[in-house]
Amino acid sequence: MLKIENVSKHFGGITALDHVSLEIQEGTITGIIGPNGAGKTTLFNIITGLYPQDGGDIYLQDRKISALPPEKLVRLGIVRTFQNLELFGRMTALENVMVGLHAKSSSGLFSCAFGFPRQRKEEAFMRERAYEWLKFTGLADLALREAMSLPLGQGRLLEIARGLATEPKIILMDEPAAGLNTRETLNLAELIRKIKAMGITVVLVEHDMELIMEVCDHIGVLHLGRKLAEGSPREIQDNPAVINAYLGEQ
Amino acid sequence: MGKRNFLIFAVFSLCILALPLLLRESYLLHVFVFIGINTMLAVALNLLLGYAGQISLGHGALFGLGAYLSAILTTKYAINPWMAMVIAGTIVSSLSFLIGFPILKLKGHYLAMATLGFGIILYILFNETVEWTGGPSGLPGIPCLKIGNLAFDHDLANFYLVWIFALVTMMGSLNLNHSRIGRALRAISDSEVAARILGVEAWPLKVKIFTVSAFISSLAGSLYAHTMTFIAPASFGFNFSVEILTMVVVGGLGSVYGSFWGAAILTLLPEWLRVFQDLDIIIYGILLILIMMFMPQGLAGLLSVKKRGP
Repeated sequence: MLKIENVSKHFGGITALDHVSLEIQEGTITGIIGPNGAGKTTLFNIITGLYPQDGGDIYLQDRKISALPPEKLVRLGIVRTFQNLELFGRMTALENVMVGLHAKSSSGLFSCAFGFPRQRKEEAFMRERAYEWLKFTGLADLALREAMSLPLGQGRLLEIARGLATEPKIILMDEPAAGLNTRETLNLAELIRKIKAMGITVVLVEHDMELIMEVCDHIGVLHLGRKLAEGSPREIQDNPAVINAYLGEQ
Repeated sequence: MGKRNFLIFAVFSLCILALPLLLRESYLLHVFVFIGINTMLAVALNLLLGYAGQISLGHGALFGLGAYLSAILTTKYAINPWMAMVIAGTIVSSLSFLIGFPILKLKGHYLAMATLGFGIILYILFNETVEWTGGPSGLPGIPCLKIGNLAFDHDLANFYLVWIFALVTMMGSLNLNHSRIGRALRAISDSEVAARILGVEAWPLKVKIFTVSAFISSLAGSLYAHTMTFIAPASFGFNFSVEILTMVVVGGLGSVYGSFWGAAILTLLPEWLRVFQDLDIIIYGILLILIMMFMPQGLAGLLSVKKRGP
């Protein structure tokens, strides 16, 4: 589904990613873990077209997508959420999700300004679809709340709802459980499984090991910009190199 | 626009269009012609600044370019004023489209500087190309607009002429706000990265809205030239660009009605403050500071009912 081949990235003299390769299978939940500074978010930024990589390539279903900007990638089916919420704070939850439908709609500036019938129809359709995604993520009651006023947990769900609205093939979530309490994390795990059941491939960057071990089919471990290990949750838990990286030399 | 918003707009429009009954042929009617023009400019800049969060310090010059093109085309080439208005709008928006691509790659202060530079270049051209513009002493004798036997050469006719344009601009802008494109613009303003991730083509969209904003400013400029029949560079300098910006901010960023209130207050204040003679500019400044201190959301923040929960 998504193939990362020998991707490298340097920031000045610092090597953030050093020839990282990883393959993500269709319809699975893949976790990417590693200590702080391992390069997980950098990898996400490269996959989603926010940074150019210095070396290596990325393929989506055998199509090279390396240098494409995010607004093109989303049309090919790649979307992400952000570790530090990037919600549209002064817009309502519903409007946030409606922005997720941008690429799925087509009314131009003039038909929007003059309210042509086709545009009105599309607007009604978008509103309806957006409500469905809010329901799916359990946010329907908050549809008209300003996104800025949502608590962290619901803000994260809104980011997911907004991403799903783009109808992605693959969704990348950057630390979706950070700052959530146990119950919210359980709900999140449930939601992630529901997303997988829809046939959407999920990639998680996460520090919450419980969540990772519980939902992931496959895990890649990054350490200091390199891939340290890859395997099933069981294999990763028993991998001495991984244990060392997390706990230091014993 | 929903039914409720449409109703509000209809009532607003009727109030505006009924104003001449109240004002008669007074000086205030003349001032309201200016308010209409300034409303167009504030709404145009609000599209860019209030919706998309992109600053422009060159709108005064775009307004001036529209005015000068209209004036030159009608006085030197005897082109019909309506036609001149269309040609001016096309030239100004094409130019803005071309310039928009490089400068809208810039953000924040850099964008402010670039638009400022663009404005200053135009301002120098207005002053220096004396053969065309008449230079600092201005360009007189611009013909007025006409429909059949109706000439827009007196305040009452000008009032309706300008306000029909201003109301259409406001309506388009209101419609846009709650549409796919309006949301995309507001998304760019709140988080450009997230907007792009969700498929908003931020850069081309910013260029598009800049172009539309320039077109409206140019129309306002043409209306100004044909209703005043005389123009001079002093009206289109950096000060005026800042004044348009102030109208938008005082009115309330992102609010179309706010743009109207901002334009109205900033046009009326100097008239009202005239009784204070030399102190007027100081009082004007203090009032603006007070408005921004106590109404950071602008005048629109006063009038809108907050939807936010407790």
